[in-house]
Amino acid sequence: MTGISPAVVSASKLGLTFQTNDGPVQALSNVDLTIGKGEFVSFIGPSGCGKTTLLRVIADLEKPTSGAISINGMTAEQAREKRAYGYVFQAAALFPWRTIERNVALPLEIMGLSRAEQAERIKRTLDLVNLSGFEKKYPWQLSGGMQQRASIARALAFDADLLLMDEPFGALDEIVRDHLNEQLLELWGRTNKTICFVTHSIPEAVYLSTRIVVMSPRPGRVSDVIESTLPKERPLGIRETPEFLAIAARVRDGLRAGHSYDD
Amino acid sequence: MDTFRDKLIPVTSILVGVVVLWYVFAVFLNAPFQRDLDRRANETSTFSELIGKTLSQPKPTLPAPHQVAVNFFENTFLRPINSNRSLVYNAWVTLSSTLLGFAFGTALGIVIAVGIVHVATLDRSLMPWIIASQTIPILAVAPMIIVVLAAVGITGLVPKAMISTYLSFFPVTVGMVKGLRSPEIMHLDLMHTYNASQAQTFWKLRVPASVPFLFTSMKVAVAASLVGAIVGELPTGAVAGIGAKLLAGAYYSQSIDIWSALVAGSIVAALLVMVVGIAGRLVDRAMGGRPA
Repeated sequence: MTGISPAVVSASKLGLTFQTNDGPVQALSNVDLTIGKGEFVSFIGPSGCGKTTLLRVIADLEKPTSGAISINGMTAEQAREKRAYGYVFQAAALFPWRTIERNVALPLEIMGLSRAEQAERIKRTLDLVNLSGFEKKYPWQLSGGMQQRASIARALAFDADLLLMDEPFGALDEIVRDHLNEQLLELWGRTNKTICFVTHSIPEAVYLSTRIVVMSPRPGRVSDVIESTLPKERPLGIRETPEFLAIAARVRDGLRAGHSYDD
Repeated sequence: MDTFRDKLIPVTSILVGVVVLWYVFAVFLNAPFQRDLDRRANETSTFSELIGKTLSQPKPTLPAPHQVAVNFFENTFLRPINSNRSLVYNAWVTLSSTLLGFAFGTALGIVIAVGIVHVATLDRSLMPWIIASQTIPILAVAPMIIVVLAAVGITGLVPKAMISTYLSFFPVTVGMVKGLRSPEIMHLDLMHTYNASQAQTFWKLRVPASVPFLFTSMKVAVAASLVGAIVGELPTGAVAGIGAKLLAGAYYSQSIDIWSALVAGSIVAALLVMVVGIAGRLVDRAMGGRPA
């Protein structure tokens, strides 16, 4: 399936070494990866495996020290300048002095869209994340899950085809997380976006993804790539099926093979 | 309102304590002079008579609270506002140069802070000088500023305001440098993902994030401005203003006048800090701040 669709993200021999006071730290080593249009790819691994760093390299928030990366056929920097992706951080990172609608408007203001165009997109994206009616609220008036939905709306507002999500639901409780996972899948199904999703939860990765990239630490590298055999329609109950559990077991094996469970 | 009631009792108790102590000191400090007066007049006072006299001297070493209160009341409410004996008039003279200096100082402080945050060279070169500027005793600098400006024909309000500026820009600079650098890395990264220009990051992120810091530093700055304005009146031979009242009181040993001018100055300072505080709270509310 990745063969036919054009590559959205393509990395080859990607490496990144941070120079720290304690000497160089190899955050990424020899990462080869191709992500096709419309895929939902999860990056899973223990902390320190470089999954967030890889996402930040795709977003041009970090520069690789070796290898090459291209986004939609451009360099990462060109892609960022063209606003080719929306980025969702671990925390909602909403501006506390802006209402929800003004927060969603932030990227639109920066891109210089007209007021009318802004209003139209705000309405559409807030509908998409089920936050209609909360336009005039300030972030502190919303629950953590709603704040994170608002930040997803902000990332969707300017119609980038690629969505980069860095453990977006990591700080939320499991009930809220299940609910948001369901909504995210529905949103992905409706918008046909390409999503890169960093997580350290095996069930979350298996439930959401069409492909799971298992990473291992020291140095951060890809230790396994697992294609999901689950159908596109995924009710929450699918997590009890043998097929789901088999994929979860493969992910766990991949993590073990990468020595993720050693200390 | 509960916080008001919570504070009322402790603050009042301290006030009562201070007033009692003040009376004790007034009797104690004014007694030697009173005994001297009695001896020359060949009078002998009983203890209670002595106390009564020490608290009603016309030029006491330490005036009693009620003497200051009476003097303050007369000079505030009973004099015509345009009389140069009116404390309202004198307070207004000082207040006008305070406000002018405060406006200059805040503007200057913000401009310097913006420069320091955006130009690495300024950060390294300017900051040590700004800190050094505040170690110079203002009492030494004030007369020079007044004299130099008078030599080039600038007199009146502006030289006094310059001294207020000198004292008030510093807290604003320090506060705003901190405020403009206060945005979280995540917010800065977010702006980077939008490919926002430096100006956009400044106006949409750094400026709003710095507003609470601005008001905190402005509270310090406005009080410093008032000190600057009063100090500025001392070497100028100013005829009006709280500083002029203090100086005149000292010349003519009008200790009660000095104290009531001090009270007037304190009230002006408290009002200024309060106004800035209220403005800060209104702005915070308008920016979606969570009600405390």
